[in-house]
Amino acid sequence: MSIASKQASPEQESPSETESLAQAMRDYWTRVRGGELGSLPAVLGLISLVIVFGALQGKVFLTPFNFANLLTQSSMVIVLAMGLVFVLLLGEIDLSAGFAAGTCAAVLAVTLTQHGWPWYLAIVAALVTGAIIGLFIGVLVARLGIPSFVVTLAMFLGLQGLMLLIIGDGGTIGVRDSIILALENKNLPPTLGWVLFVIVAGGYAVVSGLQLRARRRAGLVSQPPSLWLLKVASLTVIYGVFTFVFNQERSRNPVAASIEGVPYIVPLILVLLVGLTFVLSRTAFGRHIYAVGGNAEAARRAGINVRGVRVACFVICSTMAGVAGILFASRDNSVSPSTGGSTTLLYAVGAAVIGGTSLFGGRGRVWDAVVGGLVVAVIGNGLPLITQQAGIQFIVTGFVLLIAASVDALSRRRAASSGRA
Amino acid sequence: MTTSDSSLAALANPILSLRGINKSFGAVQVLRDVDIDVWSGQVTALVGDNGAGKSTLIKGIAGIYPFDSGDFTYAGEAVKISGPKQANELGIEVVYQDLALCDNLDVVHNMFLGREMKRGVSLDEAAMEQRARETLNGLSVRTLKSVRQVVASLSGGQRQTVAIARAVLWNSRVVILDEPTAALGVAQTEQVLNLVRRLADNGLAVVLISHNMKDVMQVADNIAVLYLGEMAAQVPVSQVTQQQVVELITGGRSGDIGIQHAVTA
Repeated sequence: MSIASKQASPEQESPSETESLAQAMRDYWTRVRGGELGSLPAVLGLISLVIVFGALQGKVFLTPFNFANLLTQSSMVIVLAMGLVFVLLLGEIDLSAGFAAGTCAAVLAVTLTQHGWPWYLAIVAALVTGAIIGLFIGVLVARLGIPSFVVTLAMFLGLQGLMLLIIGDGGTIGVRDSIILALENKNLPPTLGWVLFVIVAGGYAVVSGLQLRARRRAGLVSQPPSLWLLKVASLTVIYGVFTFVFNQERSRNPVAASIEGVPYIVPLILVLLVGLTFVLSRTAFGRHIYAVGGNAEAARRAGINVRGVRVACFVICSTMAGVAGILFASRDNSVSPSTGGSTTLLYAVGAAVIGGTSLFGGRGRVWDAVVGGLVVAVIGNGLPLITQQAGIQFIVTGFVLLIAASVDALSRRRAASSGRA
Repeated sequence: MTTSDSSLAALANPILSLRGINKSFGAVQVLRDVDIDVWSGQVTALVGDNGAGKSTLIKGIAGIYPFDSGDFTYAGEAVKISGPKQANELGIEVVYQDLALCDNLDVVHNMFLGREMKRGVSLDEAAMEQRARETLNGLSVRTLKSVRQVVASLSGGQRQTVAIARAVLWNSRVVILDEPTAALGVAQTEQVLNLVRRLADNGLAVVLISHNMKDVMQVADNIAVLYLGEMAAQVPVSQVTQQQVVELITGGRSGDIGIQHAVTA
């Protein structure tokens, strides 16, 4: 290098300096005050909602049976929101994701039930359908430059029609494949649940530990080992309690049908969470998504294929909608023209935003979809225990979304004023 | 045109040397027989009034569009630059006025944007952070608290620093800075000018476009003045006064320096 380091500046931190735990906490607090809230409001909201519902209707709400139900209820919205995060990161929107899920579910049901395809081929068909829908949207947005709002609004209508045509006159197609049905309705055997616990807790400890060691070896500022230990310990405890609770018998009539174990949906969501988080935060492609969302012109000048990134994000979003569609089919045991309709899409966008993904692009994580999806599901699950009036339920859910959007906008303003936009 | 660069000629082997450059956009001839030399270890100020052809000249050097005619010599060899990528490969980097930084990414991410270092499929964050720090240390940058700060949290001068550091990260040999101090306050201007000086002291050839005569006289080694698409003069800064440079900019000549056929304003 022509300008090799000649002198270390005095204010540069000395090599392999480790921040203290207190310092790390202070830094985090400074970031939060500066408007980098992340999913903090959603986590706090989730905890307070659970406390409120637990206090008011603890006997019904705070049961393992209900929590398992809540997880499976939330899974479609979470998966859909995970895909939407990619599109929202660009500052775009996909209004058609709900019906993309429905269309993929219809393809799954038709190939399974009417054509007798094996489950794996039917799943591939559903996911490919999602990818094609995403490709279509992406090309229209990135190549022709039509606003994504308009393209996906058109798709919102068009896909409803496509669904009706695929499903045909019958109106509803039943899904009886045992593997597909197991996704939403069956649980891991308790032993496997504990194996998963070891993989999750151990995997997190090893991977984050190796990262910490690599940074220390390279002489870079790293988080204090005590913080790492704290994170590993809390994950172990929380996930351990989670596994223990779900491994208890939770059937109302254990003699007739035993229900125990962690739902299959949990490892599925974990795999998607880890995989997509890796893509977003550890690959050049993920970095380019943030760059395009932050400053498309700068990204273009840096040699990034901006159009390619845009198209890829829409493909990812609609393919994730395909996954959500498979889950819909599994949960409802059938696919009808209303699958993926009604409030599905709005809840998914709401989940991503409540979780901390910005509607203005450039900021968000896959994790946001999980936290936000759980908040939406807890409201949907807990509120009917308190009031039967659907009107109030809609108003409350809308209100929560409004709060989340305000937090997003306010934290942006705060960030701008403290120079952190 | 008369070149009164007798003492510049003594500086042999310019890294970048343009001779007889012409460029027209349709009927408008923007550059007319322009000669300019750029030396390693020197700051060459490129000055001229609005519309004199400064931007056209640097965009041609950066490969944004081709010159119509003229010789382009780089490190002693005749080259033809066909695009920005090729200019980058030769070691020519331009820092444009808008900096082209992503506010939502941190300093390291911005410096490596589009050219990330990878290990397998994943990003090699540690290696990138180290190299970013080395580069900043090499430029004696003391104004950045952490290379993991988001760019949005930086001041104008710090952003300029990041953009310049990004340009020198890639073994570049010629760095062209377009109005780096235009939007900065007094203290930050001083920081950036010091950085510009250090770039040259580290052996890079720096081309500085500026409207601020004080900055130019302070930091430049030689001054190239464009006047209505012609190179009025390229002279060592020690041989001219600020007054003379202003005359060259506004009228194309100052005494016996400059375009002799030009009409003095």
